[in-house]
Amino acid sequence: MLWRADRKFMQPNIQPILEMRGITKTFPGVNALKDVELTVYPGEIHAVVGENGAGKSTLMKVLSGVYPYGTYSGDIVFEGEARKFNAISNSEDIGIIIIHQELALVPLLSIAENIFLGHEPAKYGVINWYEAFARTKVLLNKVGLKEHPNTLITNIGTGKQQLVEIAKALNKKVKLLILDEPTSSLNEHDSNALLDLLNVFKAQGISSILITHKLNEVMKVADHITVIRDGKTVDLLDVKSGKVDEDRIIKAMVGRELTDRFPPRVPNIGAPVFEVNNWNCYHPLHADRHVIKNVSLRVNAGEVVGIAGLMGSGRTELAMSLFGRAWGQKISGEIKIRSAPADVSSIPKAMKAGMAYATEDRKTYGLVLIDHIKHNVTLANLDGVSSGMVIDDQRELSIANKYRKELAIRSSGVFQTTVNLSGGNQQKVVLAKWLFSNPDVLILDEPTRGIDVGAKYEIYGIINELAAAGKAVIVISSEMPELLGISDRIYVMNEGRFVAEMPTREASQEKIMRAIMKSWEE
Amino acid sequence: MSKASLEPQVKPDFMRFVRANIRDYALLLSLLAIMVFFQFTTNGTLFKPINITNLILQNSYIIIMALGMLLVIVAGHIDLSVGSVSGFIGAVAAIMMVPMKLDPFLTVVACILLGALIGAAQGYFVAYHKIPAFIVTLAGMLIFKGLSLTVLGGASVGPFPKSFQLLSSGFVPDVFAFQLYGAPFNLLALIIGAATTALIVYFNFKERSNQLKYGLAEEPDLIFYGRNILIAAAFLGFSFLMARYKGLPNVLMVMFTLIALFVFITTRTTFGRRVYAMGGNEKASKLSGINTEKMTLGIFTIMGALAGLAGLVFAARLNVATPKAGLGFELEVIAACFIGGAAVTGGVGKIIGAVIGAFIIGVMNNGMSIMGIGIDWQQVIKGVVLMLAVFLDVYYKNKG
Repeated sequence: MLWRADRKFMQPNIQPILEMRGITKTFPGVNALKDVELTVYPGEIHAVVGENGAGKSTLMKVLSGVYPYGTYSGDIVFEGEARKFNAISNSEDIGIIIIHQELALVPLLSIAENIFLGHEPAKYGVINWYEAFARTKVLLNKVGLKEHPNTLITNIGTGKQQLVEIAKALNKKVKLLILDEPTSSLNEHDSNALLDLLNVFKAQGISSILITHKLNEVMKVADHITVIRDGKTVDLLDVKSGKVDEDRIIKAMVGRELTDRFPPRVPNIGAPVFEVNNWNCYHPLHADRHVIKNVSLRVNAGEVVGIAGLMGSGRTELAMSLFGRAWGQKISGEIKIRSAPADVSSIPKAMKAGMAYATEDRKTYGLVLIDHIKHNVTLANLDGVSSGMVIDDQRELSIANKYRKELAIRSSGVFQTTVNLSGGNQQKVVLAKWLFSNPDVLILDEPTRGIDVGAKYEIYGIINELAAAGKAVIVISSEMPELLGISDRIYVMNEGRFVAEMPTREASQEKIMRAIMKSWEE
Repeated sequence: MSKASLEPQVKPDFMRFVRANIRDYALLLSLLAIMVFFQFTTNGTLFKPINITNLILQNSYIIIMALGMLLVIVAGHIDLSVGSVSGFIGAVAAIMMVPMKLDPFLTVVACILLGALIGAAQGYFVAYHKIPAFIVTLAGMLIFKGLSLTVLGGASVGPFPKSFQLLSSGFVPDVFAFQLYGAPFNLLALIIGAATTALIVYFNFKERSNQLKYGLAEEPDLIFYGRNILIAAAFLGFSFLMARYKGLPNVLMVMFTLIALFVFITTRTTFGRRVYAMGGNEKASKLSGINTEKMTLGIFTIMGALAGLAGLVFAARLNVATPKAGLGFELEVIAACFIGGAAVTGGVGKIIGAVIGAFIIGVMNNGMSIMGIGIDWQQVIKGVVLMLAVFLDVYYKNKG
């Protein structure tokens, strides 16, 4: 393979600090990682890039010991020694520290308390706070933070919290720092500060692995780039060679071929059904965080509209704020359904106006897992199976059986508990629930997340049928090939804004990626 | 997976069915075993008609409250205030009827409404301000305990008008004046018992025939017929025993009507379905258009009304309202629900389970008292039974 030959251009005389060789990790039914290679040299910044779900996080979990030795195959060599981690603490002890996208800080404890959590300087269980504070000050200096060690985490911004995490890592004598999407929630100024810090570490001989979607940052600080796609290492690029640019990286990231993984689609597009104008929304807990910014969209009858974007771009938040204000606060904007202003200020009202939202997180927000298929299918439209307040058992049963048959929900019967269904069949139950509520506008959030190819194809078929029945369908997906395969038009979302809109016939993965990258640079 | 698995594959399988429903059977068998045990240890006193009547009078208010508590627990909440609220309502009723000399019927209606109002007030804080029910009702427990002292001025108030006492001490009148072996025999009690039996068996058979029609009958014939025969025997035997004493207590009729109503609500209505869905997954229910706040408010309102009714029944039974009334009722009511198979996490539990749970506690109270076991050891034993019931629940859930 190409990248194996490329290895020669790396410093042949220096021993790598980390080598991951032939890492293969399978989950039941899925090959998450296949023969992945990753080599990091001392004092370099190594970027790992790839699409959502390519396997970056899984690889880092293998490296940090979240998935213990024996649950994967392949070797991890750190500082010339083969390592077998059984827990995160094993990897931390030898200086591999991972900082996750979701910060692991306790909000209501102070900076010092967080930094020393679990490693408090103590004698006979009594903490020496003077020592802890003094050492915290030194660590904070190193990351350029001027906060008092006594400040509560909740009172400092996300950027500074990120720095506290790094200070915490420094306290553990870090040799290899892994940062998972560290700048995804930071503004430009904080992002730059963080990247500068990585360069300072580099000068001190600390290596970093940077996992990010932001290719401009990669180009700025990385020495080497490992590209992962579909669980495989597909490319290893030397940034300093001068032959690498963003297009080259994007091509490597998305270079998968499209075969006929999608049912044929003949769109028959009618009048506008769902229109949103100037939609704005703020974070439910942080009233000053403007999450959805001036979004306008339109979906016509019989049309499937895709919303593309990276994780954290605000797609789910947009969908949920539209659906009866299920997310966010200080929501403003106008919604029209069939050209008439619609009142969608609560979930029941939104449903009455003809909306439906099938969640990306079917286990938390989609299903009553302890209940069976029949009860889940009718949950959103109990009035449809009852007279007055009394449920008609037979009617409910025949409805449930009908959807079980139409959507091919594989199960022992409609009385099977949904927790025991496979992901694809759970997703079909969620779809059945919303189909039975008979909406005009259907928002499907990651409808095929975590389900196998066969079930995906069936769900694409269902989406086609819904469109053919004249409904307006919005599909949110992180898989760009999927959006390109099933939608008629695509909006590209990034950082709470729609940054591009394109008919699918003119769209490509490169174009979508470029739109996202461009919006960051602006 | 093959296409064949799309077809209903329900074959009555005896052992599989028993395993799937082991919880329900275990509960009923435990009650039977406990009853038989005490029948022996009390030298046959337990099943004497007078004792059975007593047993019902003693436990009616617990069972009445357990019906509401089951809804509360299934919805994922808890109500610690029901004991205090029932005591407070009893106190208010006493003041209304004794010093103020208001009409007993009016008093009953007003007191149940007051209970509902109290429940609604607590439910409001739980539903719309997201304060945990544990906190809200703990506060309610203290507040209404204090208020009943205030209302009664620290003293006992009674006795009540005759018509009010009938709520607890009255019996459905004997209209036939029938005699059996020379002793008075309340034929009406037996007729009501037989009619109830016939009704239950009729509904069971109707459901069974529907299930058979749709190929859904999972219950093996043997268990189905056995179950119906047992139910019939229990109801007929019970009404026969009652008939030989004074007949059916009024409060039994109230209780039975409420049990039937709540079984209907939980199994047949959209409201009941939504309670289970909400307890099973509140977020998913909310996103499915269920107004979970309104539901919570409604559930606590019902609980309050039932606590009010229970307070009246208890006051009528003692024929006096005391500041100590209702003390510790909440614990027995909550224990009844958990022994009856309700899950602390919400979403799981049956009305019949809670009723059987309440009877298990009631029979134990009654049997141990007759045996002369002190109140100290009674509490220890009840605690152990509660712990054991929930432990077995959790144990078998993890194994299955």
